Amino acid sequence: MSRNPTTAAGDSAGGPEPRISRRSILEARGLHRSFGQTPALRGADLAVGTGEIVAVMGPSGSGKSTLLHCLAGIYTPDEGEVWFDGRRIDSLSDGRRTELRRSAFGFVFQFGQLIPELTVADNIAMPLLLDRVRRKEAYQRAATWLERLGMPELAARRTGELSGGQAQRVAIARALAPQPKLLFADEPTGSLDSLTSEKVMDLLVSVARAEGATVVLVTHDARVAACAERTVMVRDGQVSALTEFEMAR
Amino acid sequence: MSVPLTLLGLLDRAPSHGYDLKRDYDAFFGRDKPLPFGQVYATLGRLARDGKVTAGASEPGDGPDRKRYTITENGHAELATWLSQPAEPEPHLQPVLFAKVVLALMLDRDAARYLDAQRGSHLRRMRELTELRRGGGTMDVLLADYGMYHLEADLRWIDATEARLGALKEMVSST
Repeated sequence: MSRNPTTAAGDSAGGPEPRISRRSILEARGLHRSFGQTPALRGADLAVGTGEIVAVMGPSGSGKSTLLHCLAGIYTPDEGEVWFDGRRIDSLSDGRRTELRRSAFGFVFQFGQLIPELTVADNIAMPLLLDRVRRKEAYQRAATWLERLGMPELAARRTGELSGGQAQRVAIARALAPQPKLLFADEPTGSLDSLTSEKVMDLLVSVARAEGATVVLVTHDARVAACAERTVMVRDGQVSALTEFEMAR
Repeated sequence: MSVPLTLLGLLDRAPSHGYDLKRDYDAFFGRDKPLPFGQVYATLGRLARDGKVTAGASEPGDGPDRKRYTITENGHAELATWLSQPAEPEPHLQPVLFAKVVLALMLDRDAARYLDAQRGSHLRRMRELTELRRGGGTMDVLLADYGMYHLEADLRWIDATEARLGALKEMVSST
């Protein structure tokens, strides 16, 4: 990026907090995106600091998932720019964006999107193999992640046989095994009960922090958003921070 | 939180001194708001007056009160009744939030912005409780859960109210 944008924890939900300026690793500037005649984003701006965990909330249809897909280079915006780590990514070719997603981004979705016919170890090793990591090392790293998540006994289990909570933990391991700079999570606990959801979120936050990964988390669940350091709202395709407001004004 | 009934509950385990009752009360129920000694002894005095506890003779030792308190049959019966009845499912913040929204609309102020500020405050408190849960023991987790679920209910109400601000504004303006 030509300038050095920063983001501050001080505009987080609830207002005044210690202002910790961080260099933005991800920035959206004036994003517009429509599907047919229906606008999903209408000038969305967002800056995410390095190592920050940001929750994106908003009503159904507000554009929050579209925003995440644009930030991740899955969609390209009709207008506006997306910058990642000092590099404009919305104007990259499909191939370059795919390469970027594989090398620098991790993804966790509501339904883990694991490959059910493959084992847990296969699923975690898969992105490493696609990134040309040698087979032996890829499986060693998968085993290390399974140890770390306290589920080494599941290595040979097919993911189609896992519970929802187990599958999401495997999805987190698969997303973070390649050591991405950015983790995108779209309703990662949307299909889980509340206790399992808490365990999955505790895990996601702790391992993301340990790995130094930045997290952009889309959720409609306030308890999930409370695991983040900052919450922004998407309404009518625009992003707003939650700030203090004095009624006397 | 009913202090007299809670002290009766602690006494129903075994006879106890005021100091020990305060210590147990603070450990289980008074983490955010410890019970002052004065309130402990005043409450025990009223319970004794009403025949719900008996106070033993003063025992030798330091401290303002070395009496051992024992729950009576009356006290036990009242405690049993209280424990068997559900608490009034009263709304907590809703009357305050509702009043602010309605007044904001009446006074042509930005009610949506107020709701957003309230949403922000709630989320900030939920983040604090989430941190408490992470580092705490089972009691911390359960206490934080209680707060989280209530805040979450408020947030749902805030979302629903925000979606209906237009209709509420029409109603407020027409009266």
